Amino acid sequence: MNPSELLDCVTSVSCLVTQTTTGLIIGALLFLVAAGLTLIFGVLGVVNFAHGSLYMLGAYLALTVFRATDSFLAAALGAGLGVALFAVVFERLFMRRVYGTDVLMQLLVCYAFILILDDVVKIVWGGEFLSMGMPEAFQSPPFFVGGGVVPVFYLFLMVVAVAIALLLWWVLGYTKIGKIVRAAAQNATMTSALGINTNLVYAGVFACGGLLAGLAGALAAPVRSMSPGMGFSILIESFIVTVIGGMGSVSGALVGALLIGLVRSFGSIGFPLFVEGAMFAAMVLILVLKPSGLLGREPRP
Amino acid sequence: MSSPSTRIAGAAGGQPASNAAGAGRDLFWAVLVFALVAVLPLLTDSRVLSDYVIRLSAFAIFATSLNILVGYGGMVSFGHAMFFGGGAYAFGLLMQKAGTSVPMGMLGAIVFSAVLALAVGAICVRLKEIYFAFLTLAFQMLLHSVILSWISLTGGDQGLMGGIPRPPFLGIDLGQDRNLYWFSAAVAVICLLAMRLVLQSPFGYTLRMVRDNADRARFLGIDVWRVKLYAFVLSGVFASIGGVLLALFVSGAYPDFSYWTMSGEAVFMIMLGGLHVFAGPVLGAGLLLLFNDLVSRFTEYHGLALGVIVLLFALGFKRGIADFIGHAYRRVATGKRTG
Repeated sequence: MNPSELLDCVTSVSCLVTQTTTGLIIGALLFLVAAGLTLIFGVLGVVNFAHGSLYMLGAYLALTVFRATDSFLAAALGAGLGVALFAVVFERLFMRRVYGTDVLMQLLVCYAFILILDDVVKIVWGGEFLSMGMPEAFQSPPFFVGGGVVPVFYLFLMVVAVAIALLLWWVLGYTKIGKIVRAAAQNATMTSALGINTNLVYAGVFACGGLLAGLAGALAAPVRSMSPGMGFSILIESFIVTVIGGMGSVSGALVGALLIGLVRSFGSIGFPLFVEGAMFAAMVLILVLKPSGLLGREPRP
Repeated sequence: MSSPSTRIAGAAGGQPASNAAGAGRDLFWAVLVFALVAVLPLLTDSRVLSDYVIRLSAFAIFATSLNILVGYGGMVSFGHAMFFGGGAYAFGLLMQKAGTSVPMGMLGAIVFSAVLALAVGAICVRLKEIYFAFLTLAFQMLLHSVILSWISLTGGDQGLMGGIPRPPFLGIDLGQDRNLYWFSAAVAVICLLAMRLVLQSPFGYTLRMVRDNADRARFLGIDVWRVKLYAFVLSGVFASIGGVLLALFVSGAYPDFSYWTMSGEAVFMIMLGGLHVFAGPVLGAGLLLLFNDLVSRFTEYHGLALGVIVLLFALGFKRGIADFIGHAYRRVATGKRTG
């Protein structure tokens, strides 16, 4: 515990800028993963415990595509689409069979996939830490804001996250597709009785979740090292985010992700050993005071 | 438990909740199993077999304690290893740093995990299924990260090094392999018998009723939260005894003991063996340990092999082996009566 350093940081502009941008990019990555998790939960009522593994898969796919093409755009697209495809297969062949059964079965299927994917990554890419390195397009000198350093890639990452958040908000709230998804979340049987193919909606929601997780993995690849266990730690964090924001609420995921991102970056200065503890404490507090989350709806009956 | 709820709980089970004959039969089975296991080392010197039985003792207690929550309470915990690892660390630290005797160390581990379970359970048992699973998982990861970061006390990712002393007590020297074998088997049989008796008691039937219909239980005047919390504490306490046995066996405690994969394996053990038969988790623990030993002999990709087996069971058979046999047996039995 060193609250004095935290106070020093908050009062110095350069430290404030650096830590805030760090917090925001952690939050941006968390949002992309948590948005998929919360969307799948909102529509299908299952928690995809294997969601972190999709993120991991995205990072590794991005690495391979980037090494082959040397283009970060291709890497991000390849990772997003590849993981989306995998998510659809995962949903159609496996998760579909455990909808409506007890949580135990959903848990076991996802547990199996976490184990399998970790080992597949070990077989294909090896078990040691890998790193992509910063793509050349982003190697221009960083911006300086009030003495704090803001790398170009950080700005790019935030722009992408904001764009995706806006896109999700528009699609879910103001388009026909969004209306169908919301209807399926409300009452799947009724929606299907109205002639809408809910199986397609489910597969689509999983694809969208996979796309976001894969994209998050690709965006994380230049700034974070990757290892086969990376999926699980982000799963726990994005779960905390969805609980704080409210399960099933995408805007809640955004608020929760930014909150957790800032707690992480400022916590690493003020209370480095208790960062995780602080996140869990925040989650427990929410669960006790308002179990439906900051922006969540009341749970479905 | 007040007397009205006792009567109701008995009726809900469809069979007498507790009777002397049932308890006598359980006692008979416990003595029989212990006698069979206890004579094994006199017949064979196999080190592999004795190590297997000791590990099975630890995991049989662990898996059965989890089944109190999952099978009998309908609460799917994915963080049960927090008590397994917590018990192992509490015991190891007491033995190493405080130099207590083995029984006092065990008592310390039990008290530690009871307090932990009371605090965690008080928050968790209010929650619905999926929230419960994830919150227990989160608490377990919190304990895991405390173990990893509190290096001066726990040794961080190296685990509790330097061995756990095993001073003789009551003339029993656990430093000798055979004594450790008999001690583990005895502790396991006693714990299993204790859990069986609790689950066959009025409390056990109240717990089943809360699982089946919490609203109805509440209308009948049962404090659902309290029943669930008692079950949570009870299962945490027994899990910690399993952790103590494993710590004694490996003479140390490692962060993996409280990692999520340990909880996952325990969940799979009860799924593999069967949730609705008391001995199911024991069977599942035995099979999974056997499977783990075989797999690690042939391949380093343990997760891949285990994952495929888990998928096969979760999606293919959809129930554990003991449940499968029980189901088939009942079908044959009813078939005979009608036909």
